[in-house]
This record gives sequence, structure tokens and C-alpha cells, in this order.
Amino acid sequence: MEQLLTFIIFMPLFAVLLILFIPKDEERTIKSMSVGLSFIPLVLASYLWFAYDKGVGGFQFEIFAEWIPAINVNYHVGADGLSIPLVFLTSLLTTLSLIYSSFTITRRVKEFFLLFFLLEMGMFGVFLSLDLVLFYVFWEIGLVPMYLLIGIWGQPKDRPQYSAIKFFLYTLAGSVLMLLAILGLYFYHGTFDIVELAEGLGENGPLGMLFGGNSWLAIAAFWAFFVAFAIKVPLFPFHTWLPDAHTAAPTAGSVILAGVLLKLGGFGMMRIGLPIFPEQFKFYCWDAPIIPILALFSIIYGALVCMAQWDLKRLIAYSSVSHMGYYMLGVAAAAAAWGQSSLSDAAAMASNGAAMQMFNHGIITGGLFFLVGVIYERAHTRDLALTDEDGNPMRDENNKVIPAFGGLGKATPYYYGIFLVTAFASLGLPGLAGFWAEFFVFRGAFEIMPWFAALGVIGIVVTASYILWKIVQYVFLGDFSLERWKMISHGAKLTDMMSFEKVTLWPLVLFMIGFGIFPTPLVEFFNAFAQKLFGG
Amino acid sequence: LTLETFQLLSPELILLLTGIVVLVVDLAWRDEASSEAEAPRANKTIWVPALALAGLGAALLATILLWGTPPTTVLAMMAVDPFALFFKIIALVCVMLVILAAVPYLQDRTRYRGEFYALLVFAGLAICLASSAIDLISIYLAMEFLSITSYVLAGYLRGDLKSNEAGIKYFLYGAVTSAAMLYGMSLLYGATGTTNLSLIAQLLTFGEESIQWLAVAALVPLLAGFAFKIVLAPFHQWAPDTYEGAPTPVTAFLSVGSKAAGFAILMRVLFTALPSFRWNIGWMAFLMALSIISMALGNLIALRQTNIKRMLAYSSISQAGYIIIGVICLVLDAEGAFLGVNGSLFYLFAYLFTNLAVFTAVIAFESATGSTEIADYRGLVKRSPVMAGVMLVGLLSLAGIPGTAGFLGKLFVFGSAIQFNTTQTLVLALVGVLTSVIAAFYYLNVVRQMFFEPADEGAEQVALPAGLKVGLVVTAVGILVIGIYPQPFLDLATESIQMLGMVF
Repeated sequence: MEQLLTFIIFMPLFAVLLILFIPKDEERTIKSMSVGLSFIPLVLASYLWFAYDKGVGGFQFEIFAEWIPAINVNYHVGADGLSIPLVFLTSLLTTLSLIYSSFTITRRVKEFFLLFFLLEMGMFGVFLSLDLVLFYVFWEIGLVPMYLLIGIWGQPKDRPQYSAIKFFLYTLAGSVLMLLAILGLYFYHGTFDIVELAEGLGENGPLGMLFGGNSWLAIAAFWAFFVAFAIKVPLFPFHTWLPDAHTAAPTAGSVILAGVLLKLGGFGMMRIGLPIFPEQFKFYCWDAPIIPILALFSIIYGALVCMAQWDLKRLIAYSSVSHMGYYMLGVAAAAAAWGQSSLSDAAAMASNGAAMQMFNHGIITGGLFFLVGVIYERAHTRDLALTDEDGNPMRDENNKVIPAFGGLGKATPYYYGIFLVTAFASLGLPGLAGFWAEFFVFRGAFEIMPWFAALGVIGIVVTASYILWKIVQYVFLGDFSLERWKMISHGAKLTDMMSFEKVTLWPLVLFMIGFGIFPTPLVEFFNAFAQKLFGG
Repeated sequence: LTLETFQLLSPELILLLTGIVVLVVDLAWRDEASSEAEAPRANKTIWVPALALAGLGAALLATILLWGTPPTTVLAMMAVDPFALFFKIIALVCVMLVILAAVPYLQDRTRYRGEFYALLVFAGLAICLASSAIDLISIYLAMEFLSITSYVLAGYLRGDLKSNEAGIKYFLYGAVTSAAMLYGMSLLYGATGTTNLSLIAQLLTFGEESIQWLAVAALVPLLAGFAFKIVLAPFHQWAPDTYEGAPTPVTAFLSVGSKAAGFAILMRVLFTALPSFRWNIGWMAFLMALSIISMALGNLIALRQTNIKRMLAYSSISQAGYIIIGVICLVLDAEGAFLGVNGSLFYLFAYLFTNLAVFTAVIAFESATGSTEIADYRGLVKRSPVMAGVMLVGLLSLAGIPGTAGFLGKLFVFGSAIQFNTTQTLVLALVGVLTSVIAAFYYLNVVRQMFFEPADEGAEQVALPAGLKVGLVVTAVGILVIGIYPQPFLDLATESIQMLGMVF
């Protein structure tokens, strides 16, 4: 098991090569083989979860091999408390997405599954890389399959081609600046190694001060990294690609986009931003608090925009902006407390909350996108209200918006139940996973930056309102009218959840409940990471 | 003349022989049958290019065998050093792949195919000579040799007006820049009294100040001549029309082989003869301006193109702007290796496979459908998955996406700009990365057509002849191998410049 991480990263590539040789007409074989193969990384990631020694902490299962010795680029991978839950999340959501897709994808099947595995490889690679060039390579490798997934399998009315290229160019624009910063770090410090940079920089470190004390270069490099990550997270005002991409992508694509790809940005901030640029990060979180202000904006603006959406999928897409704002607030608070030993507990708390928010948002929003997929597969519409030709909601004589679905709670109780749990987890109901992340973020942030934390709480209220009002009320409450259903769905049959949909959603629901009641295993992982970063 | 001389010049001699044999065989087997009776001709069309390929393969082998011999000069006109050999490898691989793609392309377009292969072999020979030339006379002769074969090749399709336009336009621009370059050379000769590059360097360094001013004056027309071959803006005006009108295999050759020859001569002249004219108003500032203009203009205009050959012409301008960054940002490290320029060489090697992958796919598509419009590529993935797949890999490499050779090329040249660490070079790197984001848009536009748009109702599968399939697979594998395991190629590039007699 010495090469465990190599197996995890490249198992999807192996799957790609296998599927490549199956004729494209053998759709059943491709589908069942893909689902089967996707369990291998899932099993390996679960093994990693239990094999990691949290007591020791730090990077384990490290592998180091020369790759391009001429410029000191190495294949250096390792897993720590931050990456292991995210690797597990990636493999879990990929497996569930593949199960779901094998029942819903009917067009260009072979390509779909090939691209999905390539995407999985890119995501694993980012979470496990400890070399900046390796990190960058995996970071961008994931772009291409996602671009194709959105463009090919997107719904024509959601402008998939536009959304796909927008997604691609936004991410690329951010990451090329990051590439320059990576090269800058290398030529100043002679290494691409993330661990070496994180530990060796500083006044007394063997690598000396960051950029030899040149603060302008340090600030430029910090922003280059930060913007690249902020686009992915996405932080207001870099979020505009997200609603388009999430809405246009096929269900499984949205799940992976929201569930994992956004976390790449968040992961980058904690793996590279905090350890390598702590002073710059602190400066813009505390002395000139641009980052917490943007985080607040994301939380409140994102939630308010959700209130105004009439497209269920777009609403959930915007909710990601709001929810990842909590993540950003947690990281900002942790960064602001850098170097103050009296606040190190609060910083660790905020950092744990932020990391948990990444994981929980992954399972919760992943679940929500699956649930939107469930209704969309039946109704072929996601509009919450009956709309006129301009797409504006129609109103009845009392000037009330006429819901399009309405009363699905009675017609499809199973769906209602699963959706309700997921929606409540999303709004942070205690007892479900979403609560703990927000609790930890605010618990940490209140001690460090009370005003920001206080304002951030507004977001929770707005979140509760759009989830209860826009989703639960418009979709599930009220009277069900078969006539209206026939009208909006053009005569489709309304069935409750089918077994493959239950199979995809139950694991997520179990994790929401499980980590809601007993979040300790998750906290332990993230705390192993946070203690190492903030402990000393 | 000794036996050793023949050995040192073996690649060139083999090429010369191949070219002549191809011409003779074509002439001897020219059958009387009319164009309708194609059957006996069809046989010959396989044998003539096969002969050319065999000759090129032998020359490639000879070049590889020469690798490792200590750098020497032949007749004070030619150098046989790793630098020259590196470019010879590029030239030979390029011509081989172009011939492979040209066979089906020429099938229905012209009856005179034999000379085409002979001309391509001679063009390859010209690049080999150019990469070895170390004297102003041999440089000029090699450049003219390359130019004249290229003019003929660009205008090869006599019946096609666009091809005629391509040839004439290329010729007119070429004649002017060639004259300008010659003027620059005469100034250098006038200042120093010699045409030998290293002697020029010595005389200029230790000469009077007035002589040095002559050299500065010579720099501009010289660089204009090289920039014309490399296709750097603003000396690019011929390129879009010529690239569009020329037979597509010739376009592929111009965009890779001819460009490489320009780079070889540029580096040789600048590093050997004019190293002391780098700073202030020297070549560094001049090239920096050309690089920025090329990256910006090439990428912006490419956005609006609807013809894939025209788009690739502008893309080729911008790529030249990227490659030259390594030359601009050349530094000497502690171990005596010239960094930066090795990035340029690596980039050229990556570009060889990348651009030829895309062009082979374009040629394959054009041979089958007769179209070069980007819109006609819609649904290609259904009509020919292999073609679309290789095209995707090639375009991603052009865009510089990791996992491909193009990414590492960009990594190394931008790295050299960062390493140089002056405000100007940082700006250069910044312009470089930002324009490469713009570039991604138009490269992906082709991907969009191929993968997102549905094929027309009843559109047939696109036929893919064996030769093209080989070309596509070889180039795609090349891109991925260089992109994933670049170390040997980087070593090759670094070794190639180590012994370039520089006087820094």
C-alpha cells in the first residue's frame, strides 16, 4: 500500500483506458463497468480514511519521485487531515453520479463516462498534490472534461455552449496568473514543493523571507493565487460563471461542480494560501479586510439572489455562492488571527468550520442537485411558478404567484421526505450536518471578528426563508392538482422516486444525519490539519 | 574535402540525392495515359512519396548518428553542432509528416505530384543548411533556397486562384524582406570586412565606436528578414493569405519547418555575431516589442476568423510571439547552461508535433470534404472520432493546457521571463498568459463545433486514409509523451544550446 495515493489518483485513468476499448454501442457494458470501476477509488479512499493516523497528523502516505529534474518538479503527493475527507467526498460523489447517470444518460454514453473518469482523476490529483506544478497540472486537467460535459450534455435551452466556455475562460484566466506566481515562487526559492515552501519560508526559515522580503511581489503573488481560488470557490464578484455553468450542466455534472470543483478553490486557499502567504492573507483579512467583506457579500447577496429565482436549479446554484461565503468567512477569520497565540483556538475553530463547510456543502448541495434532477427528469421543467412568455411568473386574482408544482408533498411523499432532510441540512438545522459547519465558523469568527460574524448571521435567516418559502412551499406544500402537472409536464407521468434515485440519495442523507449527530470523525480530521497550522 | 566532410554533411547529401532521385523517378515513370486512366498512376503516387520518405528517414538517421560528435565547422561555412542537429531533426520530422499528409491531399488536386515531393525534400534540405550556416553568405543562400522552394510550393496548385495569390504574395513580401536582410548583411560586412559570424562578433566588440553604430543600423533590417520567416508581427502580412491559399500541406510546412529555420538563423546570428548588441537599443528591446505585438495581434484577430487555415495563420503569429520570449530572456546560469533559449527550443519541438497534429487533421478533413470552414467541422466527433480526438489534443496543446507538450513549452518560456526578473520581462509574461486565455477561446471554438454541434442530417463518416491515420497517431502520441515525460526532450534542447559559441 506504499503507492496507495498513486492508485487512487490514477485508477480513474485506468478506467478511461479500459472503457476506451469497449465499442460504443455496448452501452450497458460501459455503464455497468464504469459504476463497478468507480467503486475501486471509493474503497481505496475509505481505506485511506481509516488508515490515516490522526494522532500523528501531518502528511502521510507520502510519495516522492522525480518528474522533471531539470526544473526540480517532482511527483510529490501526500494525504493529510484536510485532503482525506475531500478525497472521500470526491470518490463518493463520483460513484453516486455514475450510478445516477447510468440511468439517465442516453446520448453519447461512452464519451460521458470517459470524461467523468478524467474529471475524477483531476480532482484527486489536486487534493493530493504537494508540488505546485503537479497541482497546477491536475487543476487544469479537470477543466477540459467539465467543459465538454456542460457543452455536450447540457439542456439546449440553458445555453450550454455559452456556459461551458464561460466556465472554462473564467477558471483559465484565474489560473494563468497563478501559474506566473508559481514560477515566481520557484525562481525566488528554488522549489515547487508546497511542504518545503510552507515550512521553509519566514525570517529564520531556510528559504528566507517570501520573495526575499519584496512585499510588492509577495502581494502580487498572493492575489494571483487568491483570485485563481476565489473564482473557483466562487467568491463575489468572481461568481458570475457559476449560475450559468451549474444550471446548464447535466445533473451529474452539477453535482460534481457544486460538490467537488468549488472545493478545489477552497482547498487551494487552505493548502497554499494560508501556509505560504500567511502575512498577506492576514493583511487583507484584518488590516484591510477586503476578503471578509467579500465573504459577507457572497453570503448575503447570494442568499438574496436565491430569493428572486424562479428556476429551481439556478436557485440552488446561487445558494452555493451564499454557502461558500460561510466557508470564506471562516478562512478569513482564521487568517486574521494568524500569529496571535491567544486566538489560536478560535482560528483553529474557524478553520475547522470552513473545512467542514466544504465537506458538508459537497454532500448537501450534491444531494440537492440530484433532487432537482429527479423532478426535472419527470416534468422537464424546473420553473417554480407558471410563467408567461417572457419568463415572468404569472399571478392569480389576489396577485399571488401561481406555483408550477405545488402539493408534490402529497403526490410524491418519498421525494418530499428526502428533499426535506436535504433542504433542512442546507439551511443549517441542528442535528443535520450543515449545522456544525456554520456553528464552528461563527463560533470561531465571533471571537476574532465579531462584527463580520454578526452580519454574516443575517445570511442564515435569508437562507431559511428561501429554502422554506421558495423551495418547500412552492414545490411541496399546497394542493396537488394533476391537471396543472399534466400542463407543465406536457402530459408526463408523475411517479415517486425510483430505486436508482433512492440508491443515489440515501448515502448522502445518511451522511447528513450521521455527521449531524456525530460530527467528531470529521472534526478530528480537519483539526489535525488546523492544529498543525495554527497550533504553534 | 575529406571523407569526414562527407560524413559531417551526410544528412544534407542524402537529402540532395533523395530530391534528385525523386525528380528523376517521377520523370522516368511519367506515363502517357490520360488523366482518366489513373490506375497506373495511382501506383506511382505511392512509390514517389515512399521514396522521399525513405530518403528523409535515412537523413534523419544520419542526423541522429552525428549526435555526440564534437562541434566542428565545415569549410568555414557550416557548423555541425548539436544546435544545428536539433533543427535538422525538427525539419526532417516535419517534412516527413507533411509528405505523409500530402499524399491523399494531392490525389484529386493536381496531376503533377512528383515535383511536389521533390520540392518538399529540397525545402527540408534548405532548413538543414540554414540551421548549420555560420557565415552571412551561407545564411543568405540557405534562406533564399528555402524561400524559393516555398514560393513554388505555395503557388503549386496552378488552377487554383487562391494558391496563385498565395505564391505571388509570399514572393513579393519575401523579395522585399530578403533585400532588406541583404542590406543589413552588407552593413555588417562593411563595418567588419568579414562575413564570418564569430569574426564579426570579435571585430565589433573590439572595434571603434563608429563601427558599432553601423551594427546597430544593420540590426533592424536583419531582424525584419528573420521576423518575416518566423512570422512575427508586424512582418506577418503575407501569412494569412498565403496560409489560406497555399495547398494545406504547404501551409503546415510553412508554419512549422519554415518558422523553425527562421528561429535557427535568428538565434545563430544574434548569439554568435551580435551578442554585445543586446541591451539598450539592441535586439532585446526590438524583439520584445515584436513579441508583444505578435501575441496581442495574432490572438485578437484569430478570434474573428471563420476559415480554419486563416485562424491557424494568426495562431501561428501568436505562437511565434510566445516562442521568442525564451530568446529574449536568455540568461547564463552558474553551470554554463543558457536558460530561456532552451525553453524556446523545447517549445519549437512541442510546436512541431502540436501544429502538425492540427494541420494533419485539417488536411484529412479537407481531403475528404473539400472544406476549410470552421463551421463545417460541426459534429466531427460523430463523423470521425479519431480525427476529432487528435484535433482536440492538438488544440489543447496549442492553448497550453497541462498534460500536453504545449503547456510545458509555455511553462518554460514564461518561466524564463519570470527568472529574468525585470519589469519588462514580467510584463512580457503577463501579456503572454493573458493572451493565451484569449487564445483558448478560439481554439475551443473549433472544439465546440466538433463536439457540441450536431452533425448535419445524413452526414457521412469522414474517410481517413492510412497515411493520415499514421500522421495523426504519431503527432498525438508525440504531444502526450512530451507533455507527460518532458525530461529527455528538455535535455535534448538544453544540450543543443550549450555549445552554441556565445560570447556573453
